[in-house]
Amino acid sequence: MLILAIESSCDETAVALVEDGRRVLTDQIFSQADLHAVYGGVVPEIAARSHLEVISLLADRALDAAGVGRGDIDAVACTYAPGLIGAVLVGVNFAKSAALALGVPLIPVHHIRGHIAANYLAYPDLTPPFLCLAISGGNTMLVDVRDYTDLRVLGRTRDDAAGECFDKSARVLGLGYPGGKPIDDLAKQGDDTRYELPRPYVSGENPYDMSFSGLKTAVINIAHHAEQMSQALDKPGLAASLCRAVSESLVGRTMAAAQELGYDKLAVAGGVAANSRIRADFEAACRKAGVALYVPPLRLCGDNAAMIGAQGYYEFLAGHTADSSLNAYATMEL
Amino acid sequence: MEQMVYITHSEAETEDLGARIARDLPDGSVVAFYGELGSGKTAFVRGMARGMGIAAPVSSPTFTIVNEYLGPRSLFHFDMYRLGSADELYDIGWEDYLGRNGVCAVEWSENVEDAFEGDEIVVTFRKLGDTAREITVEGGPDRC
Repeated sequence: MLILAIESSCDETAVALVEDGRRVLTDQIFSQADLHAVYGGVVPEIAARSHLEVISLLADRALDAAGVGRGDIDAVACTYAPGLIGAVLVGVNFAKSAALALGVPLIPVHHIRGHIAANYLAYPDLTPPFLCLAISGGNTMLVDVRDYTDLRVLGRTRDDAAGECFDKSARVLGLGYPGGKPIDDLAKQGDDTRYELPRPYVSGENPYDMSFSGLKTAVINIAHHAEQMSQALDKPGLAASLCRAVSESLVGRTMAAAQELGYDKLAVAGGVAANSRIRADFEAACRKAGVALYVPPLRLCGDNAAMIGAQGYYEFLAGHTADSSLNAYATMEL
Repeated sequence: MEQMVYITHSEAETEDLGARIARDLPDGSVVAFYGELGSGKTAFVRGMARGMGIAAPVSSPTFTIVNEYLGPRSLFHFDMYRLGSADELYDIGWEDYLGRNGVCAVEWSENVEDAFEGDEIVVTFRKLGDTAREITVEGGPDRC
């Protein structure tokens, strides 16, 4: 079954063609750099209009790249939530029109379910049930993936996402945006015991909920105190201490959940999986616990449409299709 | 314009203040936040959601620009940090949100000041120490 998949929930416009949820024929992502090259103008980072301008172009490019015709498409899948509403709407409306014109089913896909499904593309043998930690600039969620379309959120961040904690700390340390990579690089040269940082305790009955806002504030306070006392700030030491604190928060809760639920498979989704400290700590913890670890390559961790095509296939098998009354939603539970 | 100054000593107290302020905020209100990173803005909005009877977990909208919490009273939580100017508000559907009769809570209002019409409630956060905050509320109805 060949699915044309559309993703436009945030900054990236993406179109992919995916066969049977597992094989990517093509995965097109239109980046801002491309936009600048094509239109030669300044493009607002989040403009829905820019999605609108490139989406049909990109769909044509996808068909060309895959060498398939419109008649070969069996269904159209799109991200319909969550995201920047104006941006999501563009993808949803394009998908609705395409499905209507081609006379094929329309499949709405939750963006985070798509991120989890990126693992099916990277690991053809991976099947549910498994535990998944989704960590990105916008989300931090521990998910019990019981089946392809039966997912339960075990815990989530109560405030900032893990990636956001890196982004905002990087801003304070003058490292630019996005902050994940520069913090990771700097941390490699630092002593991870240099600064005492909190391991946020989250009140309430859910032991799997997380919090990263206090960690961010602690980093800001350390930088601020150093400035006030005219002391040199050990930036590599602070970056390393931060990576350690974030990693321990994530790894501790995730491994506890794996043990409690009896899972021997752990998948990680989202861009923060690229952090070398977090990756190394998960590798060590999984080895010790006898848990198989799945981490997709970076290309599949960021926003892309191939993951929407992968999840879309399984949503279709479960009968989750929509008609042309489908709407887009800024916020939606998994 | 009435001005109230509050001192909170912890994140929990900041959250409680948000709940108190939101409880009898008229529908359609715009609450504009000012204050540096880590000064408690998101904690305050989490309290607002609680005060408005919204049970859904409230997390930071930095990445998606806006999070929607729908209920008998709806809350739209914006983070304008990534916006360069008021012009870009068009792209996120700002005017549509204003027309939906919910409460709009706007972090990083500094970036979109031109968009406000002067009837917003202004909440300014100032750090007094590692956890203590001075929170000034201007333009809201009389309370507390």
